[in-house]
Amino acid sequence: MTPSVLDALGRIVGPRWVRHRRAELTTYAMDGLPTHESLPGAVVVPGSRREVADVLRLLHVLGVPFVARGAGTGLSGGALADPDAVLIALTRLNRVLRVDATCRRAVVEPGVVNARLSEAVAPHGLHYVPDPSSQTACTVGGNVAENAGGPHCLKYGVTTNHIAQLDVVLPDGSETTLGSPHGEPWGPDLVGLFVGSEGMFGIAVEITVHLEPVPPAIRTMLAAFGSVRAASEAVSAVIAAGIVPAALEMMDQACVRAVEASIYAAGYPTDAAAVLLVEVDGRPAQVEAESAAVERLLRAHGAGSVLSASAAADRMRLWQGRKKAFGAMGRIAPDLAVQDAVVPRSALPDVLDQIGEIRDRHGLSISNVFHAGDGNLHPNISFDRRDADLAARVKQASKEIMAACVAAGGSITGEHGVGNDKMHYMPWIFDAESLGAMQAVRRVFDPAERSNPGKVLPAGSCREWRAAGSACGGAL
Amino acid sequence: MARGRIRLRGGVVIFARLRALLGPSAVDRDTDNLPRATPESSETLALVCRIAHDEGWTMRIEGRGTWLPPDAPADLAVSTRALDAVVSVSPADLVATVQAGATLESVRRALGEQRMWLALDPPGRPERSLGSVAATATAGPLRQGFGPVRDHVLGCTVVTGDGRVVRAGGRVVKNVAGFDLAKLHVGGFGAFGIITELHLRLRAQPETDVTLVQRGPRDPLTRAARDLDEAGFTPAALELVSPALAAEPEWMLAVRLAGLTDGVRAEIAELSGSVAGPWQELPADRAAAFWALVARGAASGPVTLRLGVLGPGVDEAIDLVADALGEGLLAGGPAAGGLRWTGETDADRIRALRRALAAREIPLAVERAPWALRRAVGHFGAYREGVGPLAGRLRETFDPGHQLAVALDGDKSAGDP
Repeated sequence: MTPSVLDALGRIVGPRWVRHRRAELTTYAMDGLPTHESLPGAVVVPGSRREVADVLRLLHVLGVPFVARGAGTGLSGGALADPDAVLIALTRLNRVLRVDATCRRAVVEPGVVNARLSEAVAPHGLHYVPDPSSQTACTVGGNVAENAGGPHCLKYGVTTNHIAQLDVVLPDGSETTLGSPHGEPWGPDLVGLFVGSEGMFGIAVEITVHLEPVPPAIRTMLAAFGSVRAASEAVSAVIAAGIVPAALEMMDQACVRAVEASIYAAGYPTDAAAVLLVEVDGRPAQVEAESAAVERLLRAHGAGSVLSASAAADRMRLWQGRKKAFGAMGRIAPDLAVQDAVVPRSALPDVLDQIGEIRDRHGLSISNVFHAGDGNLHPNISFDRRDADLAARVKQASKEIMAACVAAGGSITGEHGVGNDKMHYMPWIFDAESLGAMQAVRRVFDPAERSNPGKVLPAGSCREWRAAGSACGGAL
Repeated sequence: MARGRIRLRGGVVIFARLRALLGPSAVDRDTDNLPRATPESSETLALVCRIAHDEGWTMRIEGRGTWLPPDAPADLAVSTRALDAVVSVSPADLVATVQAGATLESVRRALGEQRMWLALDPPGRPERSLGSVAATATAGPLRQGFGPVRDHVLGCTVVTGDGRVVRAGGRVVKNVAGFDLAKLHVGGFGAFGIITELHLRLRAQPETDVTLVQRGPRDPLTRAARDLDEAGFTPAALELVSPALAAEPEWMLAVRLAGLTDGVRAEIAELSGSVAGPWQELPADRAAAFWALVARGAASGPVTLRLGVLGPGVDEAIDLVADALGEGLLAGGPAAGGLRWTGETDADRIRALRRALAAREIPLAVERAPWALRRAVGHFGAYREGVGPLAGRLRETFDPGHQLAVALDGDKSAGDP
């Protein structure tokens, strides 16, 4: 990045919020995925939405690409920037601006940490539902970009179901408001389109979220099964009974053992082939009826033991193993490739068998911890990236796992996004015309393709669409 | 007169071209004698659009003609009525794929046979097409428990104005692969293409499904609804219905509780004890008739409007609408928000109401109206600053030759807010 660009950025945000020395940039070279790395040209850390807009206007005039970044906890390489791009870190935009308890809405800046938002609204008996495992670090802005999920999205929906309105700065620096406080689109559903656009449509600088009342009663159950298949069948039985639990999570034996050997040990049965964590919530009578039915179904499908807890501390203990599973895997190997894919719920047992076969064939260590209720798998491959041969096998196995999920009628990502990690799988699930449509929509927001370039849409796989009313419409 | 003669002659040519292309069984004439194509696949529908694009013909989009009147001026009509198959239903995964012309009634029947449920109760008649429900994003009282239409659509196939077939989303319940284009088409009124197929998220049929009602003046009913919501009840529906729509002398508040029998029964007991009553439980047949009446009633006047108002604002919004347009047939969600009005009105009154609502950050969508009114005020009217150019460029992308006769934003010269 040339000194004149750095100076111009410094004049907008103040020189101390522009980083360009190699040691400073290294901090931003990766996100939560250990397999991709890239040094940005510069990092700028704006302190207000005005500064974000000014930075984007400057970069628009200069024709410089940019990448927005929250906490950098993403798992698809989506927040990495190339040396020709400016990385815009939104961590200083971290204020909860307004809370309207009556209307159950909050307006937040994009750098607000997910868990902090729920803490901020807790005095009103409310919470923000989407709860990615990284919720103590990840930001609401990043959640919007990735359409993040989490264990409690089974009943309550993912990020897109909780965003009412977005104030955005488009890549040319212009500002607009999408949606309405109610969540009813004001025109076409541009909020729905923007959420999950992986930073390629612009930057959300104010986010109006739906809040939900904290349920009056919650019960968490932990059930142990002799086989993954039996646990999967129990999952289907619960859903088929018309019960939608708040969460329905599965961990396989490898994952349970990793947790129990760590400081996060939660008393999970290490001899079980799989455990299910089921949570039901609502009014006390409803929770009573549903948890009794769930427990009956779990036992009918072979659950050896069912632990049940209602008190907050006891429930937290049951959740601890699940929430800290990724941390626990740090004991196994220095690196963890957290994968993300979705299959139809009925395909879970077969696909998990195939993942086991892929693991054995490549001689890898894979543990599964995932959102069983909606078929969202997270096969996690432990490895050491300094071992080039091992890293190559991890890459190959990841690809084969994705292929198995797609063959089962699934998707290549349920909540982590495509980023630059899964771009090349996109043609497996979308034809050239549909990819072309995505590219054309992207150009509506970003005609010059400067916002998070080189992500999501693989070059050469999108059929060309005519550019709509814009000066720029060149091929990727 | 001259223009009329040209259109008539063109109509003959277009009719003949379409028949040659699709076969005689897939082309007929609409109520106003317009050539109407009824393709049986996304691909043949795309072919019609491609030729229309090449020839510069404009197209009116029709489902089954039960919601939006098929009256947009165009060179031909394209109807999804022959795309009426329930393609697949997966009970274990709770997803279904249906063609856009499939009726609510036929989809409900196919799902009911396997004890599954599409938790959507849109206004209109049972023979309304699913494509119409999705394209206009018209949710009913069940939005309280199960969200708006977009929450039920996992993916869709769309044919653009120039005949491209685009597949958006997928068939699994959680999916963030690529941009979420299905959101653009749900509620896009067809301006971004014609929906030909939908992947839907289903629920298992609830073990018990009970409706309770109260009658009385509006204020205490609104308060009762708010109390119920504050007490943490999570009903499937909670709707305030105007006397005219309920065909009753007074306002009605209806709450629908669905789930496991033990839980629902316990909730009814709690409801009667804790939230201002008295509640009257409707027998199953009367409950079904009541909700059907609310759905049908919303299509019994020439114009239907939807307000995106928050639950606590519904009361004030009802006053605003009633003052501007008369009470009409009206239903709103005091907890989930949203308000629907049906009746007779004109462009000036809609514009004035839109201005009053815009000051309160409440969007007003015209869900149903004769073409002249749609043309004048648009389904959405004026956008918020900066949104218009985006909507315009999106439209240009999906319908570059302006084939699709959809009045998204209305007549700009008429002084919308």
